[in-house]
Amino acid sequence: MTDPALPALVALLLPASAFLLLAVVAPLRRSGRPAAYLSVLFAAGALASALASFRVTSASGGYSAWLWPWIPTEAGPLTSVGVLADGDSALMLVLVALVSFLVQVYSLGYLSDESAPSLGRYYTYQSLFAFSMMGLVLAPNFVQLFICWELVGLCSYLLIGYWYPRPEAARAAVKAFWITKAGDVGFLIGIILLWRQAGTFDFLELLNMTDTGALPLAGLGIITFCIYLGASGKSAQFPFHVWLPDAMEGPTPVSALIHAATMVTAGVYLLTRTVWLFRLTPDVMQVIAWNGAFTALLAAVLACVQTDIKRVLAYSTVSQLGYMMAAIGAGFASAGFLHLLTHGIFKALLFLGAGAVIHTVGTNDIFQMGGLGRKMPQTTIVFVVGTLSLAGIPFFGGFFSKEEILGATLAGGFPGPFAMLLLGAFLTAFYMFRVVFITFAGTPVHDVQHHAHDAPLTMALPLWILALLSVGLGTLFAFWHPRAEFEELGWLTPTAVLVAFAGIALAYVVYQRRLISADALARAFAPIRAAALRRFWLDDLFAFVYRSLMLTLSRLVGWIDRYLVDGVLNVLSAWTLMSGDRLRHLQSGRAQDYVYGIALGVLLIMLWTRWPR
Amino acid sequence: MSLNEYLALAAVLFAIGFFGVMTRRNTVGILLGIELMLNAVNINLVAFARYNADIVGMIFTAFTIPITVAEVALGLAIVILMFRMRRTAVADHLDILKG
Repeated sequence: MTDPALPALVALLLPASAFLLLAVVAPLRRSGRPAAYLSVLFAAGALASALASFRVTSASGGYSAWLWPWIPTEAGPLTSVGVLADGDSALMLVLVALVSFLVQVYSLGYLSDESAPSLGRYYTYQSLFAFSMMGLVLAPNFVQLFICWELVGLCSYLLIGYWYPRPEAARAAVKAFWITKAGDVGFLIGIILLWRQAGTFDFLELLNMTDTGALPLAGLGIITFCIYLGASGKSAQFPFHVWLPDAMEGPTPVSALIHAATMVTAGVYLLTRTVWLFRLTPDVMQVIAWNGAFTALLAAVLACVQTDIKRVLAYSTVSQLGYMMAAIGAGFASAGFLHLLTHGIFKALLFLGAGAVIHTVGTNDIFQMGGLGRKMPQTTIVFVVGTLSLAGIPFFGGFFSKEEILGATLAGGFPGPFAMLLLGAFLTAFYMFRVVFITFAGTPVHDVQHHAHDAPLTMALPLWILALLSVGLGTLFAFWHPRAEFEELGWLTPTAVLVAFAGIALAYVVYQRRLISADALARAFAPIRAAALRRFWLDDLFAFVYRSLMLTLSRLVGWIDRYLVDGVLNVLSAWTLMSGDRLRHLQSGRAQDYVYGIALGVLLIMLWTRWPR
Repeated sequence: MSLNEYLALAAVLFAIGFFGVMTRRNTVGILLGIELMLNAVNINLVAFARYNADIVGMIFTAFTIPITVAEVALGLAIVILMFRMRRTAVADHLDILKG
């Protein structure tokens, strides 16, 4: 096989057919486990196809596009649908297919208590998500990308609200939908403005135009900024990050797949994909870098005060997305993309590990856990592997990519963001090991842990695969790594490692040895802690804006509807009723009265016909 | 006798019938009034047929008379049924279709 587009297309169509089967054949969907096996089988097929596609692209280094024209107009088709398989998209496709497959296998164990129809519903959504995400990854133009972008947003909404009888879940689903939609409006405006300027949606044509300088630069900044708005909504950048922690109301495997490994990285992927466009607008790149670094630091601070294990991971995801954005803004998209891939692996691992803990303990609160290391040795090992990867320890997944990002910001001439990211790296190591020491080390604080146990095979297997991949990638990069686009600074590696170890050491001293009490630490940073506990008032701000603007507008519209639109109708109907009530007395029911009427009518007709004209 | 006399007779008969329909309280009386009006029309038809030497008017009348009989039979049947059910034959009391 020499054409990478064919297996990519197969990988795209397999989950699509699984979704259609499950969606259309209702008895199959309601059967629960058979539906799940079907979905897992198709996901495995998609993974194999994605790997085949990746092998071809990595060997040849070229790209292949299969396009079908779409939306015919008088001046030819407006756009196309199809697959664009090149190095980046095939790599991303493998990540999506892999995590999607592993999460579906894991869910067999995690959701084993669900009723059959609701399990079938879950796998239907999962298949739809896999299809949409692959469609997004392989999109050859902005139109297909936008459609798939909205589809993954829909899947995210559906899966966050999977336990929709719980009011928090329903509310979080709506919040995620609303806030990402706010960014998407900007994205759509950006795409349309770009089309007006360039006359095409196609990535390859646009790339060609930027290379030859045919794209007019005037007003391009607004366009790229609008596209960045969409990306920051999806990738939870400040100030749109508020939806992601709430999205943890969904099942944990969903958080691993959608809200850590794949969908939230769609914004980063989009910017990687179109970075040649952003290079033309350095101002917007500056905004991306600074906002990315700020998001990374802000989310890291927020993660330090969380007590819900999933929320810690959620803020850590926001923070890592900030790292990726900062690297892209500094002009080194490949560094951001590399971190996207490694982060996808180890964050999925962390979420699935957290899921194994939650599944057996039955709570999200880390202070209700403790001493799980002895009860769940396997889970502890893989979780620590994930944590070390996230902290950026050598020979683990995130080490090389994170250091690459730090180097990229410095090489791109952003010392400010570099400092923020370095501080963020320290906090990352600290808050992750805080979770590890509280959850897995120490003594059990509660009786529920006595029957805690390691996860069943369907859940343990994905964990081990991801853990091995994390270590494997880390070791691979340590000896043979992709050549950096910039000059590496000699002191950077020791500094980054030192900062990570400092974070771990602080967590060890505070939460394991308790040499410094956590309360003393809290007092030392009291103002920041208080603010972080209130989430820096950002959620309140969003709620306030929502209440003051949206609800006032709604009330106004409601008033107009109730009193003007309905009012006119009510008055008309009241008049009709009233006149009908008056007129009904004409109908006396006596036959002779009608004869009078007829006589009178005849008289009038006679008069009218005989009237002299 | 000229046509005018017949027409005058028919007009008078019609007026008497109409007056009956308008003023009688009893339903049977109203039916009688209707019968008078129909016969006035019949006289008109026959008179014009004779005057114009056109047989069609006669034939038409030959049809109208049985139809009139049928109508009276039906009307009287309704009145009798109504009387059985409502214990009255006074038109003013039969106003259940009042609005």
